[in-house]
Amino acid sequence: MTVSLVVVSHSAKLAEGVSELAGQMAHGKVAIAAAGGTAEGELGTSVERILEALRQVASPDGTLILLDLGSAVMAAEMAVEQFTQLQDQRVTISPAPLVEGAIVAAVESSIGNTLEEVADAANNAMLLPKLQS
Amino acid sequence: MPITTEDTLNWLRQLALVLHEQRTYLTELDSAIGDADHGINMDRGFKAVSEKLQTQTETDIGSLLKLVGTTLVSTVGGASGPLYGTAFLRAGLATAGKRELYAADYVALLEAALEGIKARGKAQPGEKTMLDALTPALAAAREAAEANLDLVEITRRASDAAEAGVQATIPLIATKGRASYLGERSAGHQDPGATSSWLILKTLADTYAARSSQT
Repeated sequence: MTVSLVVVSHSAKLAEGVSELAGQMAHGKVAIAAAGGTAEGELGTSVERILEALRQVASPDGTLILLDLGSAVMAAEMAVEQFTQLQDQRVTISPAPLVEGAIVAAVESSIGNTLEEVADAANNAMLLPKLQS
Repeated sequence: MPITTEDTLNWLRQLALVLHEQRTYLTELDSAIGDADHGINMDRGFKAVSEKLQTQTETDIGSLLKLVGTTLVSTVGGASGPLYGTAFLRAGLATAGKRELYAADYVALLEAALEGIKARGKAQPGEKTMLDALTPALAAAREAAEANLDLVEITRRASDAAEAGVQATIPLIATKGRASYLGERSAGHQDPGATSSWLILKTLADTYAARSSQT
């Protein structure tokens, strides 16, 4: 098993798109679940959708949650509280930028790194140079 | 005269109607500095609460408030879901097993809700949030309770203090939530979350005062 990823966004399309991009880097070695939008398919976040994604990719090596902004943080925290009450598994919420963080996390997880290593690498993704000088 | 389970049900049912009536107003406030969904979210959340109340069989206030909390968490897709969800869950814990709330219980309920929002949102007063209505409301309720005023007056003063707190959010620059992305441009607008917090407290004060005057 490897560290799994949950991608949380206010937009279902954004969550799915980021998951797709990250999955391309992971070569099928990392379980990635998208939890975007509300239960009604509108823009927003859903504790239940995040909880469902956490269950879907539950891994003994732990899960890293990547998210966009605002209520995504609070919804993710509530989902993690509920998830870890029922299952003894580690889940970390990453402050990383969503796209870069998810891609870096997918690569790091795919080579068998630990949750701490994956989370650290995702965190540092904001330092990656985007415009080469 | 305490706030009873029946008073709590009246409050929550009326609150669903008030938030439905005010949904456009709240959304307009939110469209100025946020993502224009606060009215829609609150209306959706409390409509679901209202539907659950029709079939629920809880007889104590704590269980009712917890039911509100879990319903809001699962139906409100914006920040107000986790925030008000946590507030009502904590308020439910603070009033667990009670069928009557006296002055000290109301203060404890308000304090638990406020602390829940603070913890969930990692926010402080002065950041243009719900806390800017709830913090003065708690202070006013506590002061009124210590002065041995009756619950009608305590709930009224809490509501009035929340309303003043809402007005005081207008010049503030938001540093939490979606409005913080606007920086200084968030100044000059009334905070929608503070406004809905005031409506929640006002509806309790109104429904409780109306019932008290009938008996």
